[in-house]
Amino acid sequence: MPALAIERWAKSSDCPPEAPIVLSVEGTHGPIIHAVTRAAAERGARPGARLTDARAIDPALIAEPADPAGDAALVQRLAIWAGRWSPLVEVDGDGLRLDVSGVAHLFGGERGLVRDIERRFARMGLTARVAIASTAAAAWAMAHFGPSPLGEGGSSCRLRKGEAGSSSPDLTTFGHPLPRERGLAASLPPLPVAALRLDSDTVRTLDRLGLKTIGALIDLPRLALARRFRGAADVVDALDRALGRKPEPLTAAPADPPPRALLKLEEPATHPEAAPQALERLIPDLVEQLEQRRLGARQLSLTGYRVDGSTGVASVATAIPSREPKHLQRLLVDKAAALDPEFGFDAFALTAGWTEDLGAAQENLVEESSGERELARLVDRLTVKLGPRAVRRPQARESHLPERASGWVAAVDGLSPLAGEGGSSRRLRKGEGMSYLRSSPPHPPIAAQWAPPSPAGGEGLMRPQRLLDRPEAIEVLYATPEGMPRRFIWRRAAHDIARVEGPERIAPEWWRRPSSERLRDYYRVEDVQGRRYWIYREGVIGDGRGGLPNWFIHGLFG
Amino acid sequence: MSPTLSEIFATHPRDGGWIGFLLGQAARDKPLLWVQDRMAILESGRLYPPGLPGLDLIHVEARDARDALWAMEEGLRCAGLSAVIGELWGDPRALDFTATRRLAVAAERYGVAAFLIRLGGHANLSGARQRWRLASAPSLANPLDPRAPGSPAWDAELFRARGRPPGRWTITPNDDGQADRFHLVAGAGDRALGEEQRLSA
Repeated sequence: MPALAIERWAKSSDCPPEAPIVLSVEGTHGPIIHAVTRAAAERGARPGARLTDARAIDPALIAEPADPAGDAALVQRLAIWAGRWSPLVEVDGDGLRLDVSGVAHLFGGERGLVRDIERRFARMGLTARVAIASTAAAAWAMAHFGPSPLGEGGSSCRLRKGEAGSSSPDLTTFGHPLPRERGLAASLPPLPVAALRLDSDTVRTLDRLGLKTIGALIDLPRLALARRFRGAADVVDALDRALGRKPEPLTAAPADPPPRALLKLEEPATHPEAAPQALERLIPDLVEQLEQRRLGARQLSLTGYRVDGSTGVASVATAIPSREPKHLQRLLVDKAAALDPEFGFDAFALTAGWTEDLGAAQENLVEESSGERELARLVDRLTVKLGPRAVRRPQARESHLPERASGWVAAVDGLSPLAGEGGSSRRLRKGEGMSYLRSSPPHPPIAAQWAPPSPAGGEGLMRPQRLLDRPEAIEVLYATPEGMPRRFIWRRAAHDIARVEGPERIAPEWWRRPSSERLRDYYRVEDVQGRRYWIYREGVIGDGRGGLPNWFIHGLFG
Repeated sequence: MSPTLSEIFATHPRDGGWIGFLLGQAARDKPLLWVQDRMAILESGRLYPPGLPGLDLIHVEARDARDALWAMEEGLRCAGLSAVIGELWGDPRALDFTATRRLAVAAERYGVAAFLIRLGGHANLSGARQRWRLASAPSLANPLDPRAPGSPAWDAELFRARGRPPGRWTITPNDDGQADRFHLVAGAGDRALGEEQRLSA
């Protein structure tokens, strides 16, 4: 990646542009030149040559260590940023590969798209070689070996149009420098065989045979070629991929791209209101797409593309699939306002990364609004502001231990089955790129959730209405160690016990906890004022698991 | 009685008696929104669903009184709830007359009952339509075990109410288990009241 490495290095240093700089990596026989500046190239330094050889030509070369890991990280970052043009971006060695089928018209045709890409890369100080072709291999060849007005190898940004094999080769177009409307059959033959991405040995062999261009290869009988080059260096295969005779799918292609709305700004917006305003304009777009596909969003994210090549993301999740514009906007607007524009946003994308089927439901024909949908919206609003851990619904668990018997689930997760309306199935559609989302576990309907917990259940068992998060130690006076408690002191206040019921013995869960844990004897006690508490004694005397039993208070009765 | 805002003061912050009284008044046909601020959870415990069988609820753990009041107001706007219950500890600054008045107006406008529970707080200026002071009273005799607590009883004082005289009663749930009906067991002034009074929300 000659230009990217050197351009990245040049941006981070304050060296004059005319200095002959080479970036070197360690090779088996000493340092090898990795990238060169224009000045160094004029003095005979070439990438791939040994540093000592280059120094022999011109001793004035300045060598700096290259940083391939940093370059790769930059490419990765650019790949995310390139999502502004197409949802399908793949890092391909030293370049990016975008599937731009059906995208180009948004940027004023393919020519406009190419120009836009080049301009934006140039604004970041990066040289981009852009090519659009109907196959990925052809695009790679064009970008690397196509005629270039710049006269130097630039960092390449390859674009691939259409699914390989799905569009006919005569539709092929290239970004500038090539004239438009020239087919693959016309533009590929003049390129050298190296454009087929064959390994260097094969290229050298072909060269020696006098087969210097792709055109020469195309003319040969396939059978002879296939017989001569077998195994890894399959020339026929490479040729087929370039000419679109053989499909070469993009690996990152989700079969069903998530609904997505795009907004480009004329000027980078730096004011903090930019994101909420963009949201306001994107939501109707997205809702329309959702309506057409009969989907409801479960997760939404607003991505702001900054001019410096970074992105800011705000995302929210909803309890039931929704495509109600007002509701979605209310959920996202606060988080959108918190996005930091830094040097300015110049594009926004709103993506429904996770959707579920939602029938064409009609709302509010009569005055009465659907309670469950209202409830789900309430949960969404609360969750967005307070966080999923703060808004929860109870879920019974099978346990005798009081603190384990009561489980809580985030209401956003637990509420979804309520929304039976419209959602015909629980089939989830998730965007491939959204795999960081947790998939929602199948919850039983809410009504079934509160079937009394089976082991600890039963009407006869009395449980307090409030439970302390962790039991607090109390001092208890009792007549006999095994007998009923008489008086206890909790938080320095004495409570005289008037009535007691108990004990209810709960054994520790030995399969879960260390065996030294003691059993608990729970008592319901009422003090002279009538306040009722749930206290327990941990252990009994002589159980061999400690000394005198301790007393704790665990709950309050209503 | 149409839905409105009631304020309930627990006379002792670590007295859970008001819960039974409250659940008797709240309708149960739809879920409840139960908001607790962090101090309330620390001081007098978190809601424990196994002790509240058959109650469909959404629990909100609010960081402070401001969040709790916000969550309550959001809840009041939701027709899918039967009642909104908010527990606040002490006398938070955010809870002033305006805040209570907002809750009262929202409750009446959207028809969702609101209960503001004050644990360890003082009865300062408030827009609540009904203000109760509630304490546990010694429970009734347990028919099965004389030493055990029986059916719960509460000492409820209505110290301010719009459109009705204040009063003080000792009440206990109805025998048939219907929680929205209370028996008045004995008046504060030793008056024997045999009648039932329905205090449904």
